Amino acid sequence: MTTLREINERCSALYEDLNFGYAREWKAAKPGRKVVGHMPFYVPREIIHAGGGLPLGIFGGGDQLEVIHGDAYYQSYICRIPRSTIELAVTKRLDFVDGMLFPSICDVVRNLSGMWKVMFPNVYAKYFDVPQNYRDDIGGTFYINELNELREGLGKLAGRRISDDEIRASIVLFNENRRLVREVYAFRAAQPWKAPAADVYLLMRAGMTLAVEEHNRMLREYLDAADKADARKRDNCRIVVTGAFCEQPPLNLVKSIELSGCYIVDDDFLLVNRWEQSDVAVEGDPLANLAHAYLHNSAHTAAKYEDTEKEKGMWLVDSVRKNRAEGVIFACPSFCDPALLERPMLQRVLAEHKIPFVAFKYAENSGQMQPIREQAGTFADSIKLWSVQ
Amino acid sequence: MRTFIGIDLGSTTTKAVVMDENSAILGRGITNSRSNYDTATRVAKHEALIDTRFTLFRRGLGAIAFGAGLLEQFLAELERAFRLEQYLEQIGDLERVCGDNAQGERFRDVQGKIRDALAEVFAQLRKDAPALFAKGAKRKSDFFRDIAGSRFMAIGEEVAGRYKFPFDLLLNIYDRSIIEVENRPPADDESGKLLRALDRAIGFMPSLAGQSADVAQAVRASLAIPLEETYVVGTGYGRVTLPFSKEHIRSEILCHGLGAHLMYPETRTVLDIGGQDTKAIQVDAAGIVENFQMNDRCAAGCGRYLGYIADEMNLGLHELGPLAMQATRTVRINSTCTVFAGAELRDRLALGEKREDIIAGLHRAIILRAMSILSRSGGVKDQFTFTGGVAKNEAAVTELRKLIEENYGKVAININPDSIYTGALGAAEFARRAVVH
Amino acid sequence: MNARAPKEVVKEASMLKQKEMISGNYAKLASAKEQGRKVVSTFVPGNLNELIMCFDLVNNLPEINAIQNGMRKKTGGYIMEAEKRGHSEDVCTYVKADLGMIAKGNLGPDGHPLPAPDALLLSYTGCFTFMKWFELVREQYKCETLMLHVPYEGDGHATKNMRDYIVKQLKEVIIPGLERVSGVKFDIDRLREILRESAKAESHFVWVLQSAKNKPSPIDAYFGGVYYVGPIFTAFRGTPDATEYYRLLRGEIEQRIANGQGPITPDGEMKEEKYRLVVEGPPNWTSFRDFWKMFYDEGAVVVASTYTKVGGVYDLGFRHDPDHPLESLADYCLGCYTNRNLPSRIDLIEKYVNEYEADGLLINSIKSCNSFSAGQLLILREIERRTGRPAAFIETDLVDPRYFSPANVKNRLESYLQMIEQKRRSGIAPPAAAMPGAAPAAAMQ
Repeated sequence: MTTLREINERCSALYEDLNFGYAREWKAAKPGRKVVGHMPFYVPREIIHAGGGLPLGIFGGGDQLEVIHGDAYYQSYICRIPRSTIELAVTKRLDFVDGMLFPSICDVVRNLSGMWKVMFPNVYAKYFDVPQNYRDDIGGTFYINELNELREGLGKLAGRRISDDEIRASIVLFNENRRLVREVYAFRAAQPWKAPAADVYLLMRAGMTLAVEEHNRMLREYLDAADKADARKRDNCRIVVTGAFCEQPPLNLVKSIELSGCYIVDDDFLLVNRWEQSDVAVEGDPLANLAHAYLHNSAHTAAKYEDTEKEKGMWLVDSVRKNRAEGVIFACPSFCDPALLERPMLQRVLAEHKIPFVAFKYAENSGQMQPIREQAGTFADSIKLWSVQ
Repeated sequence: MRTFIGIDLGSTTTKAVVMDENSAILGRGITNSRSNYDTATRVAKHEALIDTRFTLFRRGLGAIAFGAGLLEQFLAELERAFRLEQYLEQIGDLERVCGDNAQGERFRDVQGKIRDALAEVFAQLRKDAPALFAKGAKRKSDFFRDIAGSRFMAIGEEVAGRYKFPFDLLLNIYDRSIIEVENRPPADDESGKLLRALDRAIGFMPSLAGQSADVAQAVRASLAIPLEETYVVGTGYGRVTLPFSKEHIRSEILCHGLGAHLMYPETRTVLDIGGQDTKAIQVDAAGIVENFQMNDRCAAGCGRYLGYIADEMNLGLHELGPLAMQATRTVRINSTCTVFAGAELRDRLALGEKREDIIAGLHRAIILRAMSILSRSGGVKDQFTFTGGVAKNEAAVTELRKLIEENYGKVAININPDSIYTGALGAAEFARRAVVH
Repeated sequence: MNARAPKEVVKEASMLKQKEMISGNYAKLASAKEQGRKVVSTFVPGNLNELIMCFDLVNNLPEINAIQNGMRKKTGGYIMEAEKRGHSEDVCTYVKADLGMIAKGNLGPDGHPLPAPDALLLSYTGCFTFMKWFELVREQYKCETLMLHVPYEGDGHATKNMRDYIVKQLKEVIIPGLERVSGVKFDIDRLREILRESAKAESHFVWVLQSAKNKPSPIDAYFGGVYYVGPIFTAFRGTPDATEYYRLLRGEIEQRIANGQGPITPDGEMKEEKYRLVVEGPPNWTSFRDFWKMFYDEGAVVVASTYTKVGGVYDLGFRHDPDHPLESLADYCLGCYTNRNLPSRIDLIEKYVNEYEADGLLINSIKSCNSFSAGQLLILREIERRTGRPAAFIETDLVDPRYFSPANVKNRLESYLQMIEQKRRSGIAPPAAAMPGAAPAAAMQ
């Protein structure tokens, strides 16, 4: 049986490997294999997988990458993830990646799709649009056609047409993946002392690199091992972290929040592996099923339009309730338009529901944790004081 | 003779270069910019013209056959003697102004004491003066404000104590007076001072013996050559505040590019890290700027960053580099934000990192910023010339060499000890080209 | 003297006309409630003014309010107000200027109160922030919000799927929504009529922009251009007033060309055209005059700009089409400058540099506007590489006075112009290969 420590070490190694050794080996193992990178927050990974490809989440360079050339492409008032992503590419760390998908998360990532076309003309680079209209006959139709276009593009990359059956088979695997991911989150919400935030984060990050079959195995092993873990429950408060769905917080930040007395019981770090909130239907037209899940059963985030004013932010209130959280930490990347413009609206909703919150900003390479520890610690203390009163 | 002058009005210092019509540098001058570019310009130019005289002396004395090292010895003696004359003149000026400023209501009760005390202070300043400019004497600065100021403080405090009045009174007088003296244009009588210095220097050099008459004659002849300010070009941040017409102003980017080209004609890429900004410039074979990039609105990673760190650590700016060279590892510093530098520094120290390792990390951080700006401007091409205050910092240079080799391969890297004059040199050449085609 | 006098009158005719149109619209907004008229707020890029007119709605444009407030130096306070209320210093200052204005009593730029909108028409074209902006405004007014999602031309062209999607949204969401809000039944023939009028003004407008191909250019296509785009980008496209404005303007410019005159600046006629520039990016509004002055003092004329294409790239041939009304609205939304992908933007700028015989490209990078700004440094490199002409980069903001540093901007601009001058004198037109694109492999790959 695999121990927690082994799983954790494997995940750490994958996380730290800025040369993506795993994906390189995966690709080299069989001629004709293709690796398709994607940026946050969501892409239909099933279609990549169905074409025999490996979806590889590119989530920036973290705090260990020195950015030299990436900075040459961006002004100081633009967030960090595009510059470290370019740094990864110009330093040839992504030279094995055959395709790159850029989801419609914001204008910076959107424009990066075009930069990729100019800078790396041999890579299949696609801006991947998702509907902001949630009617099946409008947004749904549009989305099915977009999915088809993606299927064709990836099919060209794979050198064959990607069949419906293949997509269905992939949906089954990714359904399983999402189910296990939800289980890990539920497990952590129930016994956070057994599932430290940083471990869970690394486990989820591993899913951005590993083949889905392998990640599924790992998630199962983790659930087994974590349940048996002998960990002491601390007098921590329970909080939800939101705002970190694109540029990732440094691992130290995740650790610092917990060390300051906050159990993270829900977060939005890596939405792509929990995007569809229940199984995608397997029977019938697979693209229609993916579209249906997107429109009616997907996670909420700032990049998605909320078409009903009354519903604004209610998912966050629901998450707080469902996970018995006592407060919300807004951790947003500096210069992140979606997260920072969304923040005041979410804060208003939380205030209306008398849910306490605190907010700070970070960059993926932030080195100073002292202010974070102080703020999170003070927040935890104040929550405990409130709950006594 | 015709001279062409370039003046670079930087944010901390103002530099001047005097050139002849064959692009040969005749003289350089530097002064602190104060908050008064007008005076700074005059002082820097004046200093450069004095330096020019010394170049002419050297030329004039070239015909005389000296014993080994004697010419250098004499010129050094002459310069020291001249600086002393200059200093004494300014001391005289300062005494007069201090006297004037020691009037008024708040001094009424102590007027007599103050007058006597000032006389005593200045007598002592004069007495000390020759030692300050004696052979081998070390001065922390060559600016009058710094030399006179530190002596005034030391002597004044002791004298005020004896006369039994608060030293603050003297300090107040001094502070008001030094600004006035400093901002006064230099007195005209340079020839007079040089001639007095000549006598003094010859007096100090018995070894000249029989040659002294020839020497004096050669110096006098050189001094008689009229220096015509044929064309002046200004550059640098303060250039727009100058009373120069448009044709007499060039952007510092252009001047810097051309200056670097004159120093090293094979230069294709220039990096300048100054106090307030960082510039990367690409020039062609003729020294013409092809592209440039500067740090964006944010001044992160400029020279000022190191100054701030030095202040935070209670160190002199020049001590940072040597300290960083002692590092055994380089702490990764991710922020080059000057505002956050102090906090990051304390954070690292609190985590138990060694001071020198952190400082090494800070040096790497600022060079990484510069690498980005270089990359933005088009990269690094052979040859590469590095200028500005940070080019004097060994740790920064080491880091830069390493990163350039890693990213651009083997490239010749030029660092000139006179690189602070790069912009002024380019400006002087522009002045020359405006007249001589 | 006598010879000049009539010209100045002619010059003023178009300006007066526009002034009157703008104040007329603000007056309409101020009196909308008492007149029983409904108000719709919407954005400039990809706006559906013709459709709004079909429902007799009054058009309120928050971006224009922010610009007008910026030029009147009111935005600094509004932005601070929004930041006090929890908005980050990092985000778009148009949004903050708008929310700050609402928070401080919602007085319009002319000092009259702006009405609460009856609907927000969220034409989501070319800018992510629009979506959040109207979610934020909706939070204030709780009014009907109609989202028109315009897909981005990620691969450099519109597809049938995109067009169909927009048309369907127009038919099923936008038009029924506007009917509901206004109580007016949609009449497609009325729309056709208005579109026909739009197309007329659009052709005049293209002529105006292309007049900058003359030497000297009779117009400044950036600083002057922002005035020329006024009617066609805002609440007037499709009105006879707009057509009349462009007719007048065209007449004035024809006269200037005949006289061999350069552009009119706030300090009078520009004497000598020394530099011809293409400018990418929006202008700064809080120091608009000072910013412009830095150009005309040096004899620099902007002959083409991308900012004057945010409300439609008409010079590439698009016209609103009465025979395909909804489809042409869809194409209009899709084709706006910031909805085009980065390679298309580079192609367009390259074309401008060549066709307008410009000395180079100047990028005014705007802190607020990632839609424009993210990727501009690559645009700069590519344009230099492809045209062999130098480019330069300055940084300011839209309406945040804290982000306009005159000394900094002036320094860079002067350096750039002197660099052009020096290159000219040396007679070296640097070959494309010598430009930064030729940076080592590590930098560019």
